[in-house]
Amino acid sequence: MLTIKDLCASVEDKEIIRQLSLEVKPGEIHAIMGPNGAGKSTLGNVLSGRPGYEATAGTVTFKEMDLLDLDPEIRAREGLFLAFQYPVEIPGVSNMELLKAAVDARRTHAGQEEISAIDFMKMAREACKSVGLDQSFLKRGVNEGFSGGEKKRNEIMQMMLMEPTLCILDETDSGLDIDALQVVARGVNAMRSEERSFIVVTHYQRLLDFIVPDYVHVLANGRIVKSGDKSLALELEAKGYSWLEDEVA
Amino acid sequence: MSEQVEELIKKEYAAGFHTDIESETLPPGLNEDVIRFISAKKNEPEWMLEWRLKAYKVWQSMEEPSWAHVHYPEIDFQAVSYFSAPKSLEDRPKSLDEVDPDLIETYNKLGIPLHEQEMLAGVAVDAVFDSVSVVTTFREKLEEAGVIFCPISEAVHRFPELVKKYLGTVVPQRDNYYAALNSAVFSDGSFVYIPKGVRCPMELSTYFRINQMNTGQFERTLIIADEGSHVSYLEGCTAPQRDENQLHAAVVELIALDNAEIKYSTVQNWYPGDENGKGGIYNFVTKRGICHQRAKISWTQVETGSAVTWKYPSCILKGDHSIGEFYSVALTNNYQQADTGTKMIHLGKNTKSTIISKGISAGRSQNAYRGLVRMGSSASGARNFTQCDSLLIGDRCGAHTFPYIESAHPSAIVEHEATTSKVSDDQMFLCQQRGLDPEKAVSMIVNGFCREVFKQLPMEFAVEAGKLLEVSLEGSVG
Repeated sequence: MLTIKDLCASVEDKEIIRQLSLEVKPGEIHAIMGPNGAGKSTLGNVLSGRPGYEATAGTVTFKEMDLLDLDPEIRAREGLFLAFQYPVEIPGVSNMELLKAAVDARRTHAGQEEISAIDFMKMAREACKSVGLDQSFLKRGVNEGFSGGEKKRNEIMQMMLMEPTLCILDETDSGLDIDALQVVARGVNAMRSEERSFIVVTHYQRLLDFIVPDYVHVLANGRIVKSGDKSLALELEAKGYSWLEDEVA
Repeated sequence: MSEQVEELIKKEYAAGFHTDIESETLPPGLNEDVIRFISAKKNEPEWMLEWRLKAYKVWQSMEEPSWAHVHYPEIDFQAVSYFSAPKSLEDRPKSLDEVDPDLIETYNKLGIPLHEQEMLAGVAVDAVFDSVSVVTTFREKLEEAGVIFCPISEAVHRFPELVKKYLGTVVPQRDNYYAALNSAVFSDGSFVYIPKGVRCPMELSTYFRINQMNTGQFERTLIIADEGSHVSYLEGCTAPQRDENQLHAAVVELIALDNAEIKYSTVQNWYPGDENGKGGIYNFVTKRGICHQRAKISWTQVETGSAVTWKYPSCILKGDHSIGEFYSVALTNNYQQADTGTKMIHLGKNTKSTIISKGISAGRSQNAYRGLVRMGSSASGARNFTQCDSLLIGDRCGAHTFPYIESAHPSAIVEHEATTSKVSDDQMFLCQQRGLDPEKAVSMIVNGFCREVFKQLPMEFAVEAGKLLEVSLEGSVG
């Protein structure tokens, strides 16, 4: 699915990711944890092709393609989805309009026909329901006046509609209360399948109580310093990150 | 992101092409003889000629205004040709089948096939190709309702009393330099009269085209809505690609008598010049309406074309309780310049006006909103609300706001809100991360920004406006 080899990446000429390697197989959930400034969000941004995040060395293979060679919108159409940490508002553009265009972009790319408005509405209503958003959110401007929790639910709703093959959740749990957290987790769990993989970036172990990862990686100083299974997350919860940083040093 | 922008900017004007139709064009230059020629060509009665000649004298005594935030080389008014008409028009076609196929082809390229429009939209089209109205449809049906919708040149003959009574009453000959010029040399345009209490059974629509080298366009439109009547008028323009700058000075006058309502919608897509600012139309337009008691005039405009736009559709709120509205989207790209806005002149008691202006600047363009709200000394209880938003795409363009507020009555209330924002990299990336290409992303973001105004447009126009914005923005992502 995704193979990252010795990836280095910079933001404004500052190296943030240093020789990071990671293998994600279909159906797997990888949690990326680590202290502030470790490069967690940078990883998601580099993989999704956000302008300003530059891969300077290494390779990333996604579905046997050179991911770094693809425009961001092509990556998205190929099934790479980034749930944003800070979803931005687009006033006047309805959620529905953006999402229909998004779903159609992905379908057209795959050689399928555009979805009919009726089928889309059916899907969209269903998705709204499963993340506990009122249907009126479909008609509202993208993230316009949404609360923090609503924005995050909206991201998950979008993820459901786009049916990606690789989902990257960038601190989707930050700023969520426990109920919203469970809603998000339920959404992710419902989407788990043998063909779909997840990279879950998070600060806290809490989210991983609900989304149980196959692997946990600790990112510090731009590289993965330790990998393990779910128990590693619990250990981190108990001991913090500093011992790992010391260990590496 | 700016690289994507650069690339997109390079796309060419989609409506740019030229149809070759033999026309009878007057050599460049303006003098009394030219005016007499125009008048004679149209078989005008003496009073009409006198009116033109008077306007010409006025024009000669005036100077070209220079206060607008636009810059262009001096116009040599003697280098402009003041009359041009497709020759085949000497015998006016009785139906569409008799129309020059080239002409129909032109419309087809623009995606406005008349046949389909007739059937699907139920719109009566008074198509102006160059200076003479070529096709007028649905006229009989309209006449059943008592509605008059015809070329103004025809109205001069058929309804001289109405024309004499109202022409130049809202925009007087000496109102401004371009209005005076238009009054002297106007080629053709539309005339509409809605009788008392009649609700016009369909949207009235005119498509304008410029299609003659070096020919100025001087449209003149007069719309009279008699007491308690209602009409919605649509005007759309697009022009073929060319090198030379072209002068366009139109005048539109609206008269809404007691309790009448006029909705005037424009989609303007004159050739804006190429990506280096070469060519393009100079568009100096005077549009104004007068509202009598409890009457309402609503202007909606989508301005995407022209190299230079100078245009302030305005309302004189003379009658008590009358209402004026102005909804505008003005988009400039490359080297386009726009200075546009409105004037709301409150004279009557409890008059109300609303101004919603959305300016979008891209490329190296300059986009100015200029608006006057004047509360007269008799305008007790008058209210205005103005919202003026600017959106910048890239960092080489400019957005300017020049609001003028004059209040001579203590009970009048004037509100003005203004914002300036940019299409942010974050918004662009969000769209791209959802699979949209940058071009689609920008057009979606900009369309969202304009939503409030587009809502005011008649359905079929709203779709066209969205499309137009997309085309006009090509190459402007930044």
